[in-house]
Amino acid sequence: MVFEKDLNLDATELRLGLPGSSEESIRISNKRALPDMNDDSGVAAAKKCDQETAPPTKAQVVGWPPIRSYRKNSLQTKKTEAETGGMYVKVSMDGAPYLRKIDLKVYKGYPELFKAMEDMFKFKVGKYSEREGYNGSEFVPTYEDKDGDWMLVGDVPWEMFINGCKRLRIVRGSEARGLGCVV
Amino acid sequence: MQKEMAYSFPDEVLKHVFSFIQSDKDRNAVSLVCKSWYEIERWCRRKVFIGNCYAVSPRMVIRRFPEVRSIELKGKPHFADFNLVPDGWGGYVLQWIAEMAGAYPWLGEIRLKRMVVTDESLELIAKSFKNFKVLVLFSCEGFSTDGLAAIAASCKNLRELDLRESEVDDLSGHWLAQFPETCTSLVSLNISCLGSDEVSFSALERLVDRCPNLRSLQLNRAVTLDKIANILRRAPQLVDFGTGNYAAELQPDVFSNLAGAFSSCKELKSLSGFWDVVPAYLPALYSICPRLTSLNLSYATIQSPDLIKLVSHCPRLQRLLVLDYVEDSGLEELASSCKDLQELRVFPSDPFGVEPNVSLTEQGLVAVSLGCPKLQSVLYFCRRMSNAALVTIAQNCPNLTRFRLCIIEPKTPDYLTLEPLDAGFGAIVEHCKDLRRLSLSGLLTDHVFEYIGTYGKKLEMLSVAFAGDSDLGLHHVLSGCESLRKLEIRDCPFGDKALLANAAKLETMRSLWMSSCAVSFGACKLLGQKMPKLNVEVIDETEPPDSRPESYPVDKLYIYRSVAGPRFDMPPFVWSMDEAVKILH
Repeated sequence: MVFEKDLNLDATELRLGLPGSSEESIRISNKRALPDMNDDSGVAAAKKCDQETAPPTKAQVVGWPPIRSYRKNSLQTKKTEAETGGMYVKVSMDGAPYLRKIDLKVYKGYPELFKAMEDMFKFKVGKYSEREGYNGSEFVPTYEDKDGDWMLVGDVPWEMFINGCKRLRIVRGSEARGLGCVV
Repeated sequence: MQKEMAYSFPDEVLKHVFSFIQSDKDRNAVSLVCKSWYEIERWCRRKVFIGNCYAVSPRMVIRRFPEVRSIELKGKPHFADFNLVPDGWGGYVLQWIAEMAGAYPWLGEIRLKRMVVTDESLELIAKSFKNFKVLVLFSCEGFSTDGLAAIAASCKNLRELDLRESEVDDLSGHWLAQFPETCTSLVSLNISCLGSDEVSFSALERLVDRCPNLRSLQLNRAVTLDKIANILRRAPQLVDFGTGNYAAELQPDVFSNLAGAFSSCKELKSLSGFWDVVPAYLPALYSICPRLTSLNLSYATIQSPDLIKLVSHCPRLQRLLVLDYVEDSGLEELASSCKDLQELRVFPSDPFGVEPNVSLTEQGLVAVSLGCPKLQSVLYFCRRMSNAALVTIAQNCPNLTRFRLCIIEPKTPDYLTLEPLDAGFGAIVEHCKDLRRLSLSGLLTDHVFEYIGTYGKKLEMLSVAFAGDSDLGLHHVLSGCESLRKLEIRDCPFGDKALLANAAKLETMRSLWMSSCAVSFGACKLLGQKMPKLNVEVIDETEPPDSRPESYPVDKLYIYRSVAGPRFDMPPFVWSMDEAVKILH
């Protein structure tokens, strides 16, 4: 929290606005993180959100609603177990020193997924066309499906994709030539 | 001991009479009658309850009550349950154990709530008290299975080991095997909070086998459904049972084995656990449902139809804990089936979701209030409420003693009229004359506090969040609620005026918590100076409060009465306003 050396009306003024309108008492939450109620600072949380790839679900107030941690954790675990597919999958990129993991359930469609992958690995997905695959980028997103085959991301409807995707790999354009990409 | 009055009863007679007086309140009253009664009483008091471990020092307790056999201590403020109290705040039990180890060799029972208990403390208990019988660690933390191993190994006549809702560093399940073969005295064992997969099940089975007096057993989530039958057949005398996981692929022989095992437990009245429920296994419980008085399904993500089926088999139910999957329809069924219901707790399945995921509204609670005339205790999470519903509930249930309503979105108004919920809660305090505990939520102005101050004469604990307009609200409560012991407030526009005007009231209460309010540092200092019998503690994790002007509000404030003076174990982010203590660390 930053305290200016003046009257700091913000700090003393209790507004009737809903939580989320004041930085001091909110933090943006990432749906996949366990609610970590020790992080009080809205500023730090906002930064953390930029680094995270998932969009914020709802601004959470610390300690509200008043539920014990073990209850929250119990529900959380259940949610993850209840999901049939599209959970955490590994994401690798050729040339990157280590893999990442993302939760496919968090995204609503391919554009969001690509944005997340672009942010995570600092690259750009090219333009997709059914005929030619990805145009205009050195890197191409591929995935391993239930049958163990490596497929181009984007060909099948989103729901089918997240239920079948076992892992993701961002390949160099040169290696993806066989998948019909123009580099 | 000296006899003050020659014509009084002999001490032995008084001691005998006093031995029938068990309640602390009565004992305290007895001790105030005269000096000789004080003396006699203090020598024969066996049980001490200390609601705030910092209100008194171990030495003082030992000095006054030299023959204690049972002690109960509470540490952190209630809002610690919701992560509002930073780690390291305090509530350490070690000093207490160390001093009692020397003074109370015959101490047999220790009950702790919200305290930090280390393995060292547990080891000290294990080796200091030869007659140790009861250890209850309710919402405690700081210890591991190593400490439990010490207790198990050393306490030859252990009767109760209850770790409910505690956080245990689960290093190994083998601690259970430390109970010696000669230990046959267990009556109650609650390990439901343990996380590990490694609870040594064979050790547990053998333990249950050799403890014929075992009445209460709560397993942890790791214990699978197929193991339940084995345990129950070894302990058909159980009165209170907590399952582990209640999920498995449906197999006829597993089912019939389970159903048979449950039906052999003729005394079973209370069930809990039920993590990961497969509904097809619920009928295995039907044989015992008619006897059930308490059912905790608050981890079970089963839907309303399955809940309705189960609950309709339990006409004697007095206590139900459930997730909001029960929905209004489930609560209506509850209202028609369970006329003995005294306590209902409905927890949210999706507390952070923006949209309601289930059809649970104020209607469910209204239905229960109508159908269950014995209802006394309510904890209800929902997403909408109306004044009309609250008035109805208040009129239907004048015997309510505990009413905690949590409307999930702060400052939600009456959904029908868009007005504040002042009138609704006002009706609750007005009609429920024995109300001892109240938690508020929704859109509330100073008016609700006027009602509370006027009618809440028996109110002992009040929890307030995102409510009120001005200091007047706080003033109504502090000046009107005669029985108030604990007040906890967060995110309300209450400042210095009400607090300072009612400073004396704070000495009649156990504690006051205020966070994200408008109390200035200057007011805290003033309070600390003027009220030596209060410990005024400011909590701020970001900056020392005196690095800012005195008019700045403090982040968190915890005030409690104490005869022990300021405590010595404060972490760097807690500042005492006591004059004798330097503010700068």
